[in-house]
Amino acid sequence: MATAEAIAPAKETDWSKPAAMAIPKEGYFTVQNGRYGPIYPRTPACYGFTIIAKIKPGTEATIRQYGNTIEKTIAGLPDALEVLKLHYLRWVLFNIGQDTYFMYQGIFDTDFDKYTEDAVQLFSQTGITTVFTNLEGFPEDWKENPDAFVQFVREHQCPSFLEYGAYPYVTADEIKKALRLKAAFSDMLDQMQ
Amino acid sequence: MLEFDDIQHILLTRTPAMTGRYEFLTFSNPAGGRAWLSELIPVVESAAAAQASMDSTKRWVTLAFTWNGLRALGVPEESLETFPEEFRQGMAARADILGDTGAARPENWVGGLAGADLHAIAILFARDDAEHARATGVHDELVARCDGVRSLSVLDLNATPPFNFAHDHFGFRDRLSQPVIEGSGEEPTPGSGAALKPGEFILGYPDEKGPPVNLPQPEVLARNGSYMAYRRLQEHVGPFRDYIREKAETPDDEELLAAKFMGRWRSGAPLVLAPDKDDPELGADPMRNNDFNYKEMDPLGYACPLGSHARRLNPRDTAHYMNRRRMIRRGATYGPALPEGAPDGGVDRGIAAFIICASLVRQFEFAQNVWINDRTFHELGNEHDPICGTQDGTLEFTIPKRPIRKVHEGLPAFTTLRGGAYFFLPGINAMRYLAALD
Repeated sequence: MATAEAIAPAKETDWSKPAAMAIPKEGYFTVQNGRYGPIYPRTPACYGFTIIAKIKPGTEATIRQYGNTIEKTIAGLPDALEVLKLHYLRWVLFNIGQDTYFMYQGIFDTDFDKYTEDAVQLFSQTGITTVFTNLEGFPEDWKENPDAFVQFVREHQCPSFLEYGAYPYVTADEIKKALRLKAAFSDMLDQMQ
Repeated sequence: MLEFDDIQHILLTRTPAMTGRYEFLTFSNPAGGRAWLSELIPVVESAAAAQASMDSTKRWVTLAFTWNGLRALGVPEESLETFPEEFRQGMAARADILGDTGAARPENWVGGLAGADLHAIAILFARDDAEHARATGVHDELVARCDGVRSLSVLDLNATPPFNFAHDHFGFRDRLSQPVIEGSGEEPTPGSGAALKPGEFILGYPDEKGPPVNLPQPEVLARNGSYMAYRRLQEHVGPFRDYIREKAETPDDEELLAAKFMGRWRSGAPLVLAPDKDDPELGADPMRNNDFNYKEMDPLGYACPLGSHARRLNPRDTAHYMNRRRMIRRGATYGPALPEGAPDGGVDRGIAAFIICASLVRQFEFAQNVWINDRTFHELGNEHDPICGTQDGTLEFTIPKRPIRKVHEGLPAFTTLRGGAYFFLPGINAMRYLAALD
């Protein structure tokens, strides 16, 4: 992401040295605009978001059911979310008083705007209706109006004030590459016994 | 069904122009601007008209307007507000997003392109020099006649020798892998993918996702229009040749290194199909020169480096949703050709190109932001596009090679952006609507 460079360290290649980054309240250091608004920086824990929104009353069971749906989808189509360049997703439901909230945390390697853009595209292309439709204030016309989807995500993003990486700035592809290499080496060594 | 008689010809046709001029204009009073427009409307050819008269026509005129320009013609606020945010802001305001930093910053642009008073462009393409002189003379008279219409700058264009094929100042064949629009009557060449829905390029038609949505209002203004990103890119031909010569041992190696940067040989032959030496016959053959992919044929970039210009701008089967990212390219070269062996002298020469698409943010800005100037494109880590990315001497270029890759460190800038703008390219009826505003 070209424009995040000025705020992130110039070289991010030292994966062996754990790193932490304290982040200002706004979620970024200086305002630098991306295609859909201010850019959130890449941190030692890669790109990511934490989206928190109140759920529509009575939808808790539906939302929990999504967990099973996604599990089945990924079992059948392991690459279904490949475009999103994810490391991890965490979905959480919790209560504040009488209200139930949904928290969607993702850690990934594309920038925030591209993730959201790709997600809209993915959902509308595969016909998956998104779990987001159970959230209050989510645009009904999100399929026709991807900008409204992006705006909703941006409005409900709660930026981290600290992020830490034990192997900072390493992408999921690099990790998978390293593991493949390790497997290949082990195989080779086994063959030589 | 495409409305060929309403769509400006530049969207659907290539003309045999050898020369031309871009006129950048400002309107200080709406009536003057509309008078200028009214006189030009009969001269602007639709796709249908241009097609019919291609052999006899000597000049081709295209008109387009910035958002400020639409306001300067008298488009009401409630209509202006319906245009997309990125177009309203204009290219200069989006410099950070586009990666136009350092020498490419709008503060350094020439020709008054970064200013809010840039209102319109008239693209005057001509078949030959005599027609160029005549047509620009007639336009000068028109500008002088219209109250409040003033030229901010002009850019004279000319093809560079040899003239038997279109190419840039570096000598690379141009006009390869253009998208084909469904219903345009054109057939995609092998490897170019299926024809795309017209709404990807022309407003008012279904796109790859579905029916048109969020069109600017009123409908008459949007219909058959499009958006055009203008990029004036100076090509540092001398420094490019010097670099290649310095880093390569033999003339053959020089050609190979140049091709590695571009992703194609100067002839247009793609590295994937001709990895070791140029194949000019392949380069010139539209039935073969686009017939390849990356995922199966060159996944690791041993033939065509992952970060090469062509691979970034059209990742083919290695990117998602390619059909939502395609763009039509038009344009021309400007400035004198640099003879082999002659010093560059810092003379301004380059390409002045238009990227035409239905969504600047989804197509043009995405390409700039995620493909050209993203350091981590394809896991590269510290690279921009070596040809048209922003280079400040700190980035690299990796050439995958057996047994070990070659990394070029501290890559110099082979091009510099000298200006740019976002224009709206209205249909012919929309121009009549604009001319009749009060």
